[in-house]
Amino acid sequence: MKIRVRVNGQTYESDVEPRKLLVYYLRDDLGLTGTHVGCDTTSCGACTVLLDGKAVKSCTVLAVQANGCDVMTVEGLERDGQLHPLQTAFWEEHGLQCGYCTPGMLMSGYALLQTNPHPSEEEIRRGISGNLCRCTGYMNIVKAIRSAAVKLADASAEPSKEVAASGSSSD
Amino acid sequence: MAVRQTELRPLGKSVGRKEDPRFIRGKGRYLDDISLPGMLYMCLVRSPYAHARIKSIDTSAALQAPGVKLVITGEDLAAMNLAWMPTMANDQQMVLATGKVLFQYQEVAAVIAETREQAEDAAQLVYVEYEPLPVVVDPFKALESDAPILREDREQKSNLIFHWEAGDKEATEELFRNAPVVVKQDVRFPRVHPSPLEPCGCIADYNSATGKLTWYVTSQAPHAHRTVLSLVSGLPEHQIRVISPDVGGGFGNKVPVYPGYVCAIVASLKLGKPVKWIETRTENTTSTGFARDYHMTAEIAAEEDGRVLALRVKTIADHGAFDAAADPSKFPAGLFSIVTGSYDFKEAFVEVDGVYTNKAPGGVAYRCSFRVTEAAYLIERVMDVLARRVGVDPAELRRRNFIRKEQFPYKSPTGWTYDSGDYEKTLALALEKIGYEQLRKEQAEKRARGELMGIGISTFTEVVGAGPSHTFDIMGIKMFDSAQIRVHPTGKVIARLGVRHQGQGHETTFAQIIAEELGLSTDDVIVEEGDTDTAPYGLGTYASRSTPTAGGAAALCARRIREKAKKIAAHLLEVGEDDVVFDGVGFSAKGLASRTVTMKDIAFAAYTNVPEGMEPGLEATYYYDPPNLTFPHGAYIAVVDIDKGTGAVKVRRFLAVDDCGTVINPMIVEGQVHGGLTEGFAIAFMQDIPFDEDGNCLATNWMDYLVPTALDTPKWETDRTVTPSPHHPIGAKGVGESPNVGSPAAFVNAVVDALAPLGVEHIDMPIYPWKVWKILREHGVTE
Repeated sequence: MKIRVRVNGQTYESDVEPRKLLVYYLRDDLGLTGTHVGCDTTSCGACTVLLDGKAVKSCTVLAVQANGCDVMTVEGLERDGQLHPLQTAFWEEHGLQCGYCTPGMLMSGYALLQTNPHPSEEEIRRGISGNLCRCTGYMNIVKAIRSAAVKLADASAEPSKEVAASGSSSD
Repeated sequence: MAVRQTELRPLGKSVGRKEDPRFIRGKGRYLDDISLPGMLYMCLVRSPYAHARIKSIDTSAALQAPGVKLVITGEDLAAMNLAWMPTMANDQQMVLATGKVLFQYQEVAAVIAETREQAEDAAQLVYVEYEPLPVVVDPFKALESDAPILREDREQKSNLIFHWEAGDKEATEELFRNAPVVVKQDVRFPRVHPSPLEPCGCIADYNSATGKLTWYVTSQAPHAHRTVLSLVSGLPEHQIRVISPDVGGGFGNKVPVYPGYVCAIVASLKLGKPVKWIETRTENTTSTGFARDYHMTAEIAAEEDGRVLALRVKTIADHGAFDAAADPSKFPAGLFSIVTGSYDFKEAFVEVDGVYTNKAPGGVAYRCSFRVTEAAYLIERVMDVLARRVGVDPAELRRRNFIRKEQFPYKSPTGWTYDSGDYEKTLALALEKIGYEQLRKEQAEKRARGELMGIGISTFTEVVGAGPSHTFDIMGIKMFDSAQIRVHPTGKVIARLGVRHQGQGHETTFAQIIAEELGLSTDDVIVEEGDTDTAPYGLGTYASRSTPTAGGAAALCARRIREKAKKIAAHLLEVGEDDVVFDGVGFSAKGLASRTVTMKDIAFAAYTNVPEGMEPGLEATYYYDPPNLTFPHGAYIAVVDIDKGTGAVKVRRFLAVDDCGTVINPMIVEGQVHGGLTEGFAIAFMQDIPFDEDGNCLATNWMDYLVPTALDTPKWETDRTVTPSPHHPIGAKGVGESPNVGSPAAFVNAVVDALAPLGVEHIDMPIYPWKVWKILREHGVTE
C-alpha cells in the first residue's frame, strides 16, 4: 500500500506491506535505527515515537496507520546540531547505561513535557511507566526529565524576563 | 554535575560518560541496526513439546515458500558434524534437535529467506511430527532411580550432571554434634532470567573469496566466542573476526553460545551471503541462559548467644536439558562456597548436585559471579532465622559473627582468601544512616497497633574478578584480561581491551584509569572494545570482572608506557632517569619543578627524538592475571510495610552501603548500584519462570515475566565505605553485581520480619501479594 508520512519534518512516500509495523518501516525502510525493538508485546517502550504529537509504541502501530501523519523519532529531537535539553539532561544526570531503552525514554519524556511542562516526580514516573529499563533503576531518568523541565521552563521564561526588565510585565 | 571530561587527574571523579552522546542521539549501533548488502534473514522453528521423539521433519513446503533460500535441520548439521556443540561448562548441546527434543522452545530447524517476514512465514510451514515422551520438570524427581533418563547421549545413565562439594565434612559434622543451637531452613532461589532489553542476535558474513568469516554478535565475551566458534566450525581462528557492536544489556545472558548463532553461521557458509538472526523476546526468555534455580537447605550450628560455629549446605541445582552454565570448569558451582559470607565460621561443608530436567539450559551468572547470588541470599536469609531462634537482633547477630578487619587476608573454611574488608564499619554506617534504632521503636509501636512493618538487613560479601589462573578457566582458557595502549605523536591515546561492555561505562572509566596513570585527560583517551581483529585476547565482561581484571591490565599497561616515557623524559630534561619524578601531571627533574615535560611532549618525542638506541613509538600490551579475586561487601537495609487487606508489600526505604574498594567514577558506581537494586527488587517480588507438569514454560514474555516499571521501583538511598583491595593495581574491587547479589535477602528478610509476629520464619521468592495475602489469611489476619 502507498503511504505518505512526514518523519522528523521530512516527507516520505513509500509502498509498504499492509502488515508492516511502523517500527520496522522507520528502521528498515527509512534507516532511522534510533527507535528500537525490545519485546514484541508492547511492554517495553523502546520503540516509542510521537505520532501526531502523541507518544505511541511503534511496534503496535501499522505503517499504513501512519499514512498522512506526522512522526517524530529520537533523531528528530536534535535541532540544527543542538541537542534537546532533555538529551543533555539524560547525559548530565546519568540517565542511561546500555542506551537501548534511551530513545524510547526520551520520546516518552518529551511527550510528557509537551502536555505537562512541570511534572511532579509521581507524574514523571507515571509518564514513563510504559518504558522499561534494565540498567538504571529509573531514579536518574526521573531526575533527568525533571532537570530538563526546569531548563525548558527557564528557557521559555527568558523572553518574559526581558519584558519584566523593561518594566512592562503582564504577570 | 557531570559531562566535562577535560581535567587532569580524573580518577575518582564523576566524569560524564563518553559513550552517551551516541545513545541520546539515537546513533548507537546495536546488532539489529547493522545491515549488510545482500543480507538474508533467519528464523528458527522451535519445539512445542518439552520432551518428545522427532518422528519426521518435512521441509518441502517451507522450501517452496516465497523468498526462502535454505532450510536447515539437525540431520543436515549432523552430516557436517555440527549437530552438537560444546557448552561453556564442558557439556554438549544440540544445535538443532536430532532424535528428540529436550525442552519446550528447543531449536528444531532454521529457515533462511530474503526478508524477516518471509522467514517467519516459511517457518510456519516446516512440519514436524512429534511423539511425546514423559516429562521431568522436578529436579528432585529427576534424581529418583525410576526417572526417565533425559540425556541418552551421555555415558553416565542418570540425570545427575555433577556432584560438587567444598569444605571439611568431618570437622563440620563434629561441630554440629556438639552445638547448643542448630537451625535449619529450606530456601528456594527461583529460576529467573537476565532479560536484557536488547535480545540476542547475530549476523554471520562468510566471504567465500577470502575464506574469512565476520561475525557480528551480541557478545559479552567476543574472544571466547571466537575460540568456541573456531573449535565448532573448524575455521581457523585468524579467519574469524568477531565484532560485538553496542550491546543493549547483557547481565550474563550474552555469555553463552546459542544454537541460533551456529545456524546463522552455517547458513552463511552454505549460501555465501550475510545471514542475520535476531531473537524475539519470547525466544530470549524461553531458550537463552536463565539464572539461579537452586533448591537449597542450610543448617547453622551456633552457640546459645548466636556465635556461629559451622555451616552445612545441601543444594539441588536445576540446569535444564544441557549444562550450559557459565561456571569455571575447575569447580562446577564453585563460588557457591562463598556461602559462609561475612561471618567467621570455624567449619563449613557445602554440596551441590547439578541435575538435568526438561527445561531450557543455562544457569548463567546473571549479574553474579557463578552462583555467589544464591550463596549470599542463602546465608543472609538463614542468619536471620538464627537471629530469631536465639532472640538476638539481626544487626547484633551479624556484628557478633563478622570476620574482623584485622583478620584479613582471611582464609575461609571452604578455601577462599578474602582480600580485605571492614564489615563493622559498613554496617555501622548503614544503621546510623537509616536510623535503625528509631525504626525498631516505630516498628514496636506499629506492632502494638497490629500493623505490619519489617526491617531487613543483608551484610553480604561478594567475590568478583574471575580471574586468577590458579583457580579460574573457561574450557581450559585462563581467565586473565588484557589492555593494549597506543599513545600517538600528539599525545592522543587509543586503548583496546579484551573485555566488552554492555552499559557499564568502560569507555569512560578505563579512560579515567589510563589518563590518571599517564597524566592526561579522559578526552585524550579513546577506549575500544569488542573487535577481535583489533583488541587483545580477553575473557569478556560478566561477573563484575572487568574492573578487577581489565582495569588492572589497563593500569599496568599504562605504567609500562610510563616507564618508557620516564626514559624519554630524562633524555628531554637532560638528567639521569633516577632524577626524573612523575607527579601525575608531568615529569620533572628532581628538585627542579620548573623543568617539566608533559606526556604530550614525551609522546611527540617518542616519534621524533628518542634517546639513541631506543625503539621509537609509545605503546604497550599487558595481559593481567590477577593474583587473587576481589571481595567487595555491603550492608543493605530494607524497610517495608505490608497492606493487610491485599498482601501488597511497599518498600518504604532501601539503603545500600557498598564497599567496592577504590572508586573510579562515583556517578557510574551509583548508577550501577541503582540498576542492580532494581533487578534485585524484581527478583524478590516479581520474577519467576515456572513450568507446568508437561514442561510448558509459563513465563514466555514480558507480559507474564515481569520487569519493574518506574512506578513499581522504590527509591534507592546509597552510601559507601572504601576498603581498597590490597592486591589490585588501583585498589578497585568491582561493583556491578553487588546490588543484585546483596539485595534479595534484604527484601525477603524485611518481609519475614514484618510477618514474624505471626510465627513466619521464611517465604520463598518471588513475594507476590497473593502469597503474602494467603499467609495472612492462614494466620487469621483479615484486615
